[in-house]
Amino acid sequence: MLQTENLSFSYANGPSFSFPNLSVKAEEVLLVLGRSGKGKTTLLHLFAGLMEPKSGSVSIDGQSITELKGSNRDSFRGKNIGMVFQQAQFIRSVSVMQNLQLARSLAGLPNDEAFAKKLLTELGIADKANNRPSELSIGERQRAGIARALVTQPKVVLADEPTSALDDENCQLVADLLQKTVTGHGAALVIVTHDQRLKNRFPNSVEI
Amino acid sequence: MKMLQLAYANLKEHFLTTTLSIMLLSIGVGMVSFIVTVSEQLNDRFNRDIRGIDMVVGAKGSPLQLILSAVYQVDNPTGNIPLSEVSKIQRHPLVKYSIPLSYGDSYQGFRIVGTDTLYLSHFKAKFREGKPWQKSMEVVLGSTVAERLGMGLGGHFHGTHGFEEEGHAHEEMHYSVVGILESTGTVADRLILTSTESVWDIHNHEEAADAEEDQTHEESEEHVHDKEDHDHEEGSAEITALLVKFKNPMGMMQLPRFINEKTSMQAALPAIEINRLYELMGIGFSTLQTIGILIMIIAALSVFISLLNSLKERKYELALMRSLGASPAKLFALVIQESLLLCLAGYVFGIILGRIAVMTLSSFGEEQFHFSVSQSGVSAVEIWLLPFTLGIGLVAAAIPAIRAYRSDISTILRNE
Repeated sequence: MLQTENLSFSYANGPSFSFPNLSVKAEEVLLVLGRSGKGKTTLLHLFAGLMEPKSGSVSIDGQSITELKGSNRDSFRGKNIGMVFQQAQFIRSVSVMQNLQLARSLAGLPNDEAFAKKLLTELGIADKANNRPSELSIGERQRAGIARALVTQPKVVLADEPTSALDDENCQLVADLLQKTVTGHGAALVIVTHDQRLKNRFPNSVEI
Repeated sequence: MKMLQLAYANLKEHFLTTTLSIMLLSIGVGMVSFIVTVSEQLNDRFNRDIRGIDMVVGAKGSPLQLILSAVYQVDNPTGNIPLSEVSKIQRHPLVKYSIPLSYGDSYQGFRIVGTDTLYLSHFKAKFREGKPWQKSMEVVLGSTVAERLGMGLGGHFHGTHGFEEEGHAHEEMHYSVVGILESTGTVADRLILTSTESVWDIHNHEEAADAEEDQTHEESEEHVHDKEDHDHEEGSAEITALLVKFKNPMGMMQLPRFINEKTSMQAALPAIEINRLYELMGIGFSTLQTIGILIMIIAALSVFISLLNSLKERKYELALMRSLGASPAKLFALVIQESLLLCLAGYVFGIILGRIAVMTLSSFGEEQFHFSVSQSGVSAVEIWLLPFTLGIGLVAAAIPAIRAYRSDISTILRNE
């Protein structure tokens, strides 16, 4: 589902990285480990097409994202990639449910409230659907962030330190949910982390 | 979830700054639309009443007061002028026609003006009902007067001395309504018109009655004599003012100067006096208009600053939207939409505010001077204020929108 080839990146006045070739299939989890400053987030942003690589290519579901330009790339990202951040961020002025609807709308997908509702139920926060994101606890917010990443039914889910801000209990919960996303929704999952707790949980990992 | 909905939600989120921006905008818009509407209507009204009147002759005093009282019927008369002198002017070869006016009485705040039927033809007044006055004490009502008083043909009333609603009534004699005019859009709508003789009669009668009272202890012969004196006063009869139309511009050159220098009367030229009045009012109008535009500029600044602030706060949201598939153009559009929505609200409230102000002024003016500003339909200024306000919105949003367009999402997402 996700494949990289000879990927390298260098900052204008900073470090440069070259990454090993990676490949993640559907329903597979890849853990990308590494110390801070090793370019983990950079790699994730290259996957998502948020940055331009110096060389090499990233392809998702057979489409090279590096070859897509401008708004084509944005819309491809919206449709095919779901992102989970270290601290889930939302549009503050609208409810959790509306945040999910907005994600679909920005991806160019029709509104599907039933599916959004189902996701929230799966993640155990259905009762928070009409709350503002700021009214949720950190753990709930992280789950809502996962729901938003999945609501577009993406082929690849990219998670950047999804558990580092969570306590053990919530970490366990989020890890379970992430695991479920790949098995239940047929997506490939890439987790970038230095969280030891996840290392034990997902055996398929690569160190950079 | 439409972009417009999101723009609305964002504005609602920053309720206080949004309210401030809308308030500033609407005050600016309201002020400009109010000033332009009022000055246009005032101009229009003044010019319509003045049309065809080249010169006004009246007692010495302020020329502006003479014009305001004789042409617009809003000020007090400067005094009276003897008919003997007036008739010399009326017969002058350079005068095309002239209209005598005698005023000083009113009924329920509407002025009673003694004149001749030329006044009706001068304002192209048509009769809705009835006919012009023929005898003394017969009156014709202007359309507004008839409407306000709810009086029809055959109605009777007593005039009041002076222009106050509660004045000394001429109770001995009453006027009867013989005609009602159609609306002319001029001063004639607000007048009760009658013959010059009616005004003379009522005042002679009054004076005679007063004299009678004063002299109850005097000998009856003297009393009779006194009364006779009044009755034969034709030679010293007076009117209040004379409206003059010249045959050609030569009249303008010669007559005013002649009257002002060689007679006890004064001649005032409406065009000049009204221009002077405009100049005076114009300063006020343009000051207010400048203040209005200044407020709008401050409003634009307020919109600009609030957008910039809210974007600074929301830069992560914008990056998030990009990661969810929004193109930079979409973010640009979002910011522009927020600004336009804000300005549209400011415009709508501003127009409402302006209209309320016009209505308030109108009812006040109606009470004080029987001068109302009417506003029907959408005026030109309200139409051009819309693109102007939205233009302000575009300008204010340009820089924030460009920032949103250019935001480097990768860097922003990294600095959580």
